[in-house]
Amino acid sequence: MLIRRPPDIRSSDITSESAYWNRRRFLAAGAGIVAAAALPRPARAAAREDDKPTPYDVITTYNNFYEFGTDKSDPSQNAGTLRTRPWAVSVEGEVLKPKVFDIDDLLKRYPVEERIYRHRCVEAWSIVVPWDGFPLAKLLADVQPTSHAAFVAFTTLYAPDQMPGQRSDVLSWPYVEGLRLDEAMHPLTLLSTGLYGKPMPNQDGAPIRLTVPWKYGFKSIKSIVKIRLVREQPPTTWNIAASDEYGFYANVNPNVDHPRWSQARERRLGEFFRRPTLMFNGYGDQVASMYAGMDLRRNF
Amino acid sequence: MGRRRAGHALLIAAAAVPLLALALRAVHGDLGANPIETIEHTTGDWALRTLLAALAVTPLRRLTGWNGLIRYRRTVGLIAFSYVCLHFLIYVVVDQGFPFQGFAIRYIAKDIAKRPYVTVGFSAFVLLTPLAWTSTRGWIRRLGGARWNALHRLIYPAAALASLHYLWLVKGKQWTPVWYALGVVGLLAARLWRTAPLTPSRRLRSASRPDTASTAPPPAG
Repeated sequence: MLIRRPPDIRSSDITSESAYWNRRRFLAAGAGIVAAAALPRPARAAAREDDKPTPYDVITTYNNFYEFGTDKSDPSQNAGTLRTRPWAVSVEGEVLKPKVFDIDDLLKRYPVEERIYRHRCVEAWSIVVPWDGFPLAKLLADVQPTSHAAFVAFTTLYAPDQMPGQRSDVLSWPYVEGLRLDEAMHPLTLLSTGLYGKPMPNQDGAPIRLTVPWKYGFKSIKSIVKIRLVREQPPTTWNIAASDEYGFYANVNPNVDHPRWSQARERRLGEFFRRPTLMFNGYGDQVASMYAGMDLRRNF
Repeated sequence: MGRRRAGHALLIAAAAVPLLALALRAVHGDLGANPIETIEHTTGDWALRTLLAALAVTPLRRLTGWNGLIRYRRTVGLIAFSYVCLHFLIYVVVDQGFPFQGFAIRYIAKDIAKRPYVTVGFSAFVLLTPLAWTSTRGWIRRLGGARWNALHRLIYPAAALASLHYLWLVKGKQWTPVWYALGVVGLLAARLWRTAPLTPSRRLRSASRPDTASTAPPPAG
């Protein structure tokens, strides 16, 4: 399998947090001078359309992680109880070489790459995150899926003593998610272990989480303990909770509305006006071919 | 007269506290990562809470026998409508961006027509509008007590729709909107079981008091 970097992630896209903040400061300093010379309208529009990384404090205080509460601010307040060491990830099922990985071995084994991805929640808000992680494909290649493997099922830690939200029945626990094998092997699909060059904050899914940038955020399961290759399409948590609202594929699609809200536009956190949502969250060039011939209205 | 006016002033001041708290948070940049959502949800919460307060006046009056409470019912109702309007305006202007983005009207219209939780929330707003409009003494006189009362029972379906709006909005199994819905059901049910009905003589007495007669007719029940 040829694992390439997708064409939209250039090394110039990779920004360290310090460089990012230095740039903010520089821009802030220059703002007074620039403000005098009003920008022409197209330039302003372009400035709003681009994808600046969302500040670290936004990414770490606005989270959907129901294991720690249903309010966006709950996980940042409650996730301190999560113990991320020792941590084991079991890779099993339809593989020739099943293995239980220690998290630190995983981190040593697979060199971490920085990837700046758009992240679109099914609730119509979005952020841009500089993730650190490694392609899931690398891990899967090492455990050698059998010819029967067609899907990958993921499981979050179940530990009500550490995850207070699991003591309520807001969802069925543990949280489970799944991908088709080709989606899991896609070079954009990441196992993320950090952001902004720092270890993954607990509230963002420490110590290891999935990142599938062309799908709604709920597919990107957090705090993973089990990765199981299976023959049949596995159950997924939000689909169990409301199958008419959350499909298995959950590809970002502005043309297929959620039954309760429009998916045509989204609020990029930090921006006043909603911006149009892009098909496959803007990753169509890389991923659309996987869904050729599929009715995306039915397979939402 | 002075005491009654002071009572209303106090009520309005109390109702403004959540708004002031929100403004203070905004000044301090303390509205979280999604300030628009925070403002939208907070005004929605208070719209529902003040609607429940308006619905609670009559049962509370029966329960306590404090008939003077009726004088504050209209004020509480208007406070509730103010929060409903604010919530709706924030949705239209701040959340959806209309009229800054003229095309946003299409999304708003589609939301109201196609998203059940928006449809019921908007319906509640529509049902409450004539109640606010006819809240003046002139309208009470023009409609007459019985017809005015009948019209103002629209707050019952409006409150039910408002709590449905919240129930249909949340994801997963969450209890907060269920408590609000039970509150509405309880306050509406309290009107079916008149544990302490007003005797004709008490009704007459309260109706003959000039302030009660002029500010509000006998309770709709």
